Amino acid sequence: MSTLSPPPKRIWWNEPIERVELIWIALVLIWGLIMTFMMPYWHVVGKQNLSNEAYRTTPEVYMAKAQAVVDKYTIRTETDRQYPVVKPPVGSDIYLVARLWEWWPIFELEVNKSYRLHLSSMDWQHGFSLQPANINIQVLPGYELVVTVTPNKSGEYSIICNEFCGIGHHTMVGKIYVK
Amino acid sequence: MTTNTDFRTCPDTGLLFHKPAETLMKLNAVAAVVFLLVGGIMGLGVGLTRWPAVHLLPADLFYLVLTSHGINVLIFWIIFFEVAVLYFCSSTLLRCRLATPRWAWLGFFLMIIGAITNNVSVLQGQSSVMMTSYVPMAAEPGFYLGLILFAVGALIAVFVFFGTLVVAREERTYEGSVPLVTFGAIVAAIIAVFTIASGAIILIPTLLWKLGYIASIDPAMYRIIWWAFGHSSQQINVAAQVAVWYAIATVVFGAKPLSEKVSRGAFLLYILFLQLASAHHILVDPGVSSEWKIFNTSYAMYLAVMASMIHGLTVPGSIEAAQRKRGFDKGLFEWLRKAPWGNPTFSAMFLSLIIFGFLGGISGVVMGVEQINLIIHNTIYVPGHFHATVATGTTLAFMALTYWLVPVLFRREMIFKNVAKWQPYIFGIGMSGVSLFMMGAGTLGVPRRHWDMAMSGAAMPYDFPATAYTLMGLAGMSVVVAVIGGALFCLLIVGSLLFGKKLGNQKYHEPLIAEPITDYEGIGMGKIAIPGTFALAMVFLLSFVLYYFVNWKYLASTWGLS
Repeated sequence: MSTLSPPPKRIWWNEPIERVELIWIALVLIWGLIMTFMMPYWHVVGKQNLSNEAYRTTPEVYMAKAQAVVDKYTIRTETDRQYPVVKPPVGSDIYLVARLWEWWPIFELEVNKSYRLHLSSMDWQHGFSLQPANINIQVLPGYELVVTVTPNKSGEYSIICNEFCGIGHHTMVGKIYVK
Repeated sequence: MTTNTDFRTCPDTGLLFHKPAETLMKLNAVAAVVFLLVGGIMGLGVGLTRWPAVHLLPADLFYLVLTSHGINVLIFWIIFFEVAVLYFCSSTLLRCRLATPRWAWLGFFLMIIGAITNNVSVLQGQSSVMMTSYVPMAAEPGFYLGLILFAVGALIAVFVFFGTLVVAREERTYEGSVPLVTFGAIVAAIIAVFTIASGAIILIPTLLWKLGYIASIDPAMYRIIWWAFGHSSQQINVAAQVAVWYAIATVVFGAKPLSEKVSRGAFLLYILFLQLASAHHILVDPGVSSEWKIFNTSYAMYLAVMASMIHGLTVPGSIEAAQRKRGFDKGLFEWLRKAPWGNPTFSAMFLSLIIFGFLGGISGVVMGVEQINLIIHNTIYVPGHFHATVATGTTLAFMALTYWLVPVLFRREMIFKNVAKWQPYIFGIGMSGVSLFMMGAGTLGVPRRHWDMAMSGAAMPYDFPATAYTLMGLAGMSVVVAVIGGALFCLLIVGSLLFGKKLGNQKYHEPLIAEPITDYEGIGMGKIAIPGTFALAMVFLLSFVLYYFVNWKYLASTWGLS
C-alpha cells in the first residue's frame, strides 16, 4: 500500500532520486526555458504580436469615431442592408463596430499596407475571428483595442463572431476586401 | 464519541472505513454519476447539432443544452466526485473518523440544492449564457444563486477534509507523513479554496448586479476573476486525477513511487504555479499587457506544466518498475504488454494518462503561448483541447477509480463484467476522436459555441472549406461513440449498485489490491530502471517540440499584427 500509506521511511526527503527522474527533470526544465524564451523573442523578430494599445471608451464615443470614417471614405454599399464599403487611406485609423449581430462597416484594404484597426463592442462581448486568416481577438464593450494589421494576401476575408452573443450569434458575419 | 462500531474494515483491502464518511462518499459518488448522466445526454444534443449533416436542435435549445452540458459535467460531476475522493483520502487512508459529519451533510445538501437550482434555471430557458456567463449578458438570478450555493457546499466539504487531517494528526492514526495520494488530495483541496474564493468574488457581485444592487460589472475584470475560478477548478481536477493515477498504480500493481521527493515536489509545484495560469484565457483581450501575459504563461505555467510532465513519467514509471520486479523485465515494453488490459480500473487509468498527456497536455501548452493563441482563441480547438484533459483525462481517471470502489466501498460485485472491460476503450477512443477532430476544425477557424457553421440567415455568410465540414461530421460521430461509452459507464455503475451481488464481509474471489512491492532493486536495462517509460517520455517530448514549432510556422503565415 505504498501510495496509499505513509512513506515507510520517515525521513523520505533524504532518499536518493532515481536517475531517469533527474534526466527527465533536466530535459523538461530546458524545454520550459526554450518555450519561455520564444514569447519575448517573437515580440522582437516575429510579425504577429497583439498590440498592447487599448483605451477605455463608451459606445457613443466609439460609434461617433467609426461614423466619421464611414462618412468620409465610403465608396459603395453592399447587400440589402446597405453595408458601407469603406476604403480608408493607407496607415489611417479604422474603426470596426461589433454589435448584435453584425460587424460594421466593410473595409477595403490594400495588400501589404498597414492600418490601425480599432475594435470595440456596442453591447455584449464578441469575438473577432478573421477567416481564412484565422486571427482571433476578444472584443469587449467599454474597451477599445488598437491593433496594426498588415494583410499579406489579397482576397475576400470574412469576420465571424466566435464569442457567444445570443440567438443571432451565427449570423454575425462581416467582411474585409484586400486588393 | 467515536467507537469501534463506527468503523468497518474492508476484508479485501484492509482499508478502514468510518461509517459516516462511507455514507457520504457513496452519496457524493452517486450524485456525481447522476450529473454525469445528465451532462452526457446534453453533450449528445450538442454533438448532434454541431454535426453539420444532422444539425438536430434549433438555435435556442442548442445554446440551452450547451450551457447545461458544460456546467453539469465540468462542475457538478467532477466536484461531487472530488468530494468523495477527498473524504476517501482523509478519513479512509488515514484510518480516522471524519471531522464533523453534520457539516459534511450540510455541505452535501447545499451542493445538491445549488446544482438543482442552477439546472432548473438553465432549463427554464432564460439562462443560456454558457458556463462562463460573461457580462454584460445576464442569466436569471437562480443561475448564479445555484452556483454560489454549490460553491459554499463544496467549500464546507473542503474544510471537513482539512478538519479530518487535523483529527488524524491529533489522534495519531498514522505515523510519519501522510500517504502520497493524500498529499495529492491536499494539493487539490488547497487549490479548491483559492478557486471557490475567486468564484465567490465574481459571482456574488454578478448576482447583485442582476438583482439591481450594482450598476455594472466591468467585462475585462469579470473575465480575469472568473478565469481565476474557471481555470483553477481544472487544476483541482489535475491534482485529483494525478492522485488517482498514483492510487491505481498501487491498487493494480502494488507500485510505490520511484521517489517520494520528486512526486511530492511536483504536486507542490501545482499549488505554487498552476492557478496563475488562468491568464491564458486572457491572451487576446484588450487592456492586459504582454508582460503580464508572458509572465503568467511562462514562468508560472511552465513550472506547473513541468509538474504534470514529471507525474507523466513517475506514474507509468512506477508501474513499469513494479511490473519488472514481478518478472516482466524483458525488453522495453514487456511490462506494458503484460499489463491487465482487460481490467477497466487499469485500462481507464492508462488511457486517461496517455490521452491527457499527448492530446490535452501538448495542445494546452501550445495554445497557451501568447502569440499562438491568436490563431486558436475561441475556435473549436479550445473545446477540443479540454475534452482531452477533463473529459478524457479526469473523467476516465475517476471512472477507473469507480470500478474499484464498487466492490471496495459499495461492497457490490460489478454486473456485466465483459461490457465493463470494453467501456473505457469505447469512451476513451470516442472522446479522443471528439478532441482531435474538433482541434482539426479549430485550426480551420470553426468557432466554438456556435449553432450553425453555414451561418444561415447571415447577410454575407462565410463559406468554410469542405474539410472543416468533414471534420465536424467526424467529431459528431465520435460524440456518439463517446456518449455510448459514457452511458454504459453510468448504467454499469448504477446497475451494479442496485443489482450487483452483495459482498458483505466475505472476501472477494479475486484480490482487490495487489501485493505491495517494497524495492526496485535489480530491474531494467543497464543503469536505467524504467527504460520503457523513458522511451515513451522521449516520444512525448519529441511530439511536443514538433507540434509546438509547427504552430509557430502556421502563425508566421498569417497577417502581420503589431
